[in-house]
Formats: sequence, structure tokens, C-alpha cells
Amino acid sequence: MSIDSSEIEKIAWLARLSLNEDDIPASKADMSKILDLVEQMNTIDTGGIEPLAHPMDIRARLRADEVTETDQRAHFQKNAPATEDGHYLVPKVIE
Amino acid sequence: MSWETVIGLEIHVQLATKSKIFSGAATAYGADANTQACAVDLGLPGVLPVINEEAIRSAVKFGLAIDAQIAPHSVFARKNYFYPDLPKGYQISQFELPIVSGGTVEIQLQDGIKKTINVTRAHLEEDAGKSVHEGFGNLTGIDLNRAGTPLIEIVSEPEMCSAEEAVAYMKKIHTLVRYLEISDGNMQEGSFRCDANVSIRASGETSLGTRAEIKNINSFRFVEQAINHEVERQIDILEEGGKVVQETRLYDPDKNETRSMRSKEEANDYRYFPDPDLLPVELSRDEIDAIRTQLPELPDARRSRFIKELALSEYDSESLTANKEIADYFESALSAAGGEAKLCSNWVMGELSAALNRENKEISESPVSANMLGQLVLRIKDNTISNNIAKQVFEAMWNGEGDADGIIEARGLKQLTDSGEIEKLVDDVISDNPEQVEQFRNSPEEKRGKLIGFFVGQVMKKSRGKANPQQVNQLLSEKLNG
Repeated sequence: MSIDSSEIEKIAWLARLSLNEDDIPASKADMSKILDLVEQMNTIDTGGIEPLAHPMDIRARLRADEVTETDQRAHFQKNAPATEDGHYLVPKVIE
Repeated sequence: MSWETVIGLEIHVQLATKSKIFSGAATAYGADANTQACAVDLGLPGVLPVINEEAIRSAVKFGLAIDAQIAPHSVFARKNYFYPDLPKGYQISQFELPIVSGGTVEIQLQDGIKKTINVTRAHLEEDAGKSVHEGFGNLTGIDLNRAGTPLIEIVSEPEMCSAEEAVAYMKKIHTLVRYLEISDGNMQEGSFRCDANVSIRASGETSLGTRAEIKNINSFRFVEQAINHEVERQIDILEEGGKVVQETRLYDPDKNETRSMRSKEEANDYRYFPDPDLLPVELSRDEIDAIRTQLPELPDARRSRFIKELALSEYDSESLTANKEIADYFESALSAAGGEAKLCSNWVMGELSAALNRENKEISESPVSANMLGQLVLRIKDNTISNNIAKQVFEAMWNGEGDADGIIEARGLKQLTDSGEIEKLVDDVISDNPEQVEQFRNSPEEKRGKLIGFFVGQVMKKSRGKANPQQVNQLLSEKLNG
């Protein structure tokens, strides 16, 4: 199954990947192969089978509503490139 | 051409859990930035979410309260988009298998007409963090304390046809979540906010027009203004022969207008898929039934009970039950007073509400407790004081001078019921005002009723409001007419 360049560019944009013009043909080929595989799976009759949300057939274990985490801001913020007044700083985003 | 408005609401309700939906970090409002954001909330590599059972229980309570179906099997999904206040690059939400689907909410409009609004679904999801645009120069500050706070998003069918209906629906949902005690419903703090989908079509048309989504409205007044403004904007476009564009708009309360948020549109491809980190949530019939037994009496049921058992009017019952704290207060006062529902209702909705409004206080902050108000009503009921004197006593209680009996005693406000004393006051007033007595006696029968008011006023003044008005009236008419 073939996929066109604009679709490749759109997918790259959604994933925030920067693709070179030169990378597009290779990505196109790879993605087409993946879609071929999906196409092959689509031929299987799954009419009587319930959709599976998770490969493990067990239910989620729930936790009690208790505060178990302490404030580790100073520790976490050591990893951040820029912080001020307790905030993580990022380039200006405004609507 | 005449137009018809179609509105659907998506209401986001923050659940009042102590910890977050997928982590053990605290959810308390107003903490220092990022002091309640743990490794899970920050989306650090290798962390795993674990579901908070209270969040599940809260969503089920809401579903049961609106008579919806509770999914025996529901699934969390990733909604993918990039934004600085969403560190993982996806929001954990529910897509194909939400925990609550269907259900109905009845709203009452100003003209007394009732309308049923269908709820499409209510799903659980995590809230995002907060971006702070001021105070950081040309950068934006990110506070992730709110990231991971549990929300239910309640999606209505597009069945409302005016801003009034939308506000009534939103208020009803607000009342419900407060009754269920699953949210504090605090709109200033963002615990209760909504997006409105608004479209217009020619009257009689059956298919829907193109809609605009107005984001993040956090007050009842703004919902009304934003919808009314958006309706006008769309009608103007259509009447000029234009087309409404499907887009997300932001309401600006300062300018009372909505404006386009184009950036949100580009990102509108969320690529939902089941979150592999989370197993499906299974709820057995027994578990759901156990939650059902924890439901409190809901506003509609309470209103009917007030009408049927307490003989209150529909209006009084609606006003009292619209807010759970007010209804609880009223019932405690009523039990302290030992009956007299109408009188208690008048005091709660009258004097007490006025005092609360005046000082901008919530009923939970009232210096006059329900028990104190009940005691006051009891003293009106047993004729210790008149309703007018009771207003003085209420003011004194409000100002912290003690309870009703103490104030009545200390200020000597006990109603005068001794007929000898009252008679003396009546005689004094009659002998002090010979002119008025003359005028009264020369007046025809039908005018006397009005003239007697002067004498009643004089007696009440002399007794400093304490004489029993019925006795005064009776004695005066005997003596003046006789």
C-alpha cells in the first residue's frame, strides 16, 4: 500500500519529528511496508472476537486515595534547563 | 429568516480526591508551584500510572445519579498532543469505552417549564498543568501541580436551544456534583468549567449547522454571555450569506467577544489508542450496587419531599434545595424549631440570605448557626417575641451577642402579653390623643380600619415594639368603637 509524501510530512509534524527532504523516500518505503502488514491482518475475519484493550486478561488493581508523594521539587528541577520561582521555564506560548 | 440555536455542553468537573488520578501526589489547591508534581505527573521515563479507586467511585456515583449505564468494562486511552503543560505528550483519557454512558438531567426554566437533557457520556481523565504567562519575561512558567488531577468530562447531547437552557443545565450538574460530594464545584479555582458547542440552523431544519466550540468558560454568567455573543456572531455571518467555520474559540469576558484559537485546530488529530500502561477497569454488579447504597438524597427527590411533606411551595422548595448546604441548614433549623417549615424557609431565604449576601459569606461561614436560627423561630412560634423583634434578635446573633434566649433576656425584648399592662398603654394613648379619637369616632365604619393604625403604632412605640399586636388591636377596637 502506498503512502504519499504529504502524509509522511503530516505524521512527522504530529510527532514533532524534523525530516529532511532526503529522508522522505526511505520513510515512505518503511511506512508502506507497515501498512502492507496491517492490510494483511485486515483480511482475517474477526467478526466473533471481542476487541482487546490489553494483552493481559486481568483487571486493573486500584489504589487507595492517599497522598503518598512528598515534595521533591528541588530534586526534580535539577534536571530542568531553566526554572524560576518554582516554575519550569519554556519559550513563550500564548494564544 | 428565523434561526434556531443548538447547544451542547462539555463540562469538566474536578473530583475532590485527596490524591491524583494516577499518582499519590496531593491535589490541594493553592500550593507553591510544582510542590505537588511527582515523577508520574512530570512524565519522567519509567514511571507507571496506578488508578485511584476514589476517582472511579466518584464517576460511578455521578453515573448512577443521572440514571446512566455504568460500564462493567472501561478503558483508558491516550489522547496525543503537544503542549508545554502536558509533559508526557499525551493526556490519559477515555475514548471508546467511557465509564458512564447515557443518562438524563431534568432542568427547570424560568417560566416553570421542565425539559429533559440527555447526557451522551461522562468519562474520566487527568487534568493538565498550568501555563503562567506573566512574570517570567519573554518566557512562560509551567506549574504542574494541577497535572494529573482527576476530572470527569460530562458531554451532553446537542439539545439545548438557548443560553438560558445551557445555564440551567450547567447549574443542575453543579448542584448534583455538590450533593454527591464528588467535587467542591469551585468555579474561581477552576474545579468546574465548561466548553460550549454552538451552532445555528434555519428554523425547521433537521440537520445541524456547523458548530464553533467555545473553550474554558468558568462562570454561569460567562456561559450565558459567551453563548449569546456567539449566536449573534454566527447569525450575522449566515445572514450576510457567509459560512460558519468549524473552529475552537476563546471567550474574552473583558471584551465580551469570542475569538478564534487557530493553533488548537492544527493539532486536532489526537490519534487515540488504549493506554498500554493501564489495564481495563472492571466493575461487577455488586460493586456498582454497593456504590448505589452510598448515594445521598438527590436534589429532585429532596425538592419533592419538601413540597409533599413540609407543604412548602414549589418555588421555596426549589430555592432551598438548589444548594445542598442551604437545604441541610434549613432542615437543621427546622428540627431545632420543632416545625414551622414555612417560617423557617422565610428566615433562611430572607434575613439569613440577605445577611450572607451583604457580607459575601457562604452559609458554612454564617455566624448564626442553624440551631440558633431554629431557636429564634421557636420564640416567634411560642409568642415570646414578634417577627419584627425577631429581626433585631437576628442582627444581634449575627453580631455575636449570643443565642436568641440570651439576647431576648438581656435586652428585655420579651413580648408583652399581660393584658393589664397592655390595657394601661392603650388607655394612655387614647387619653393623650383626643383629637385623633374625635376624628376616629366621626368617621364612617369603613374608614376606621385604616385610622386605627395610628393608635396601634403609638401603643407599639410606647411598648418599644414588645406589645402583642393582636391584643393591642383587639383592645383598641373595643375601646374606640365602644
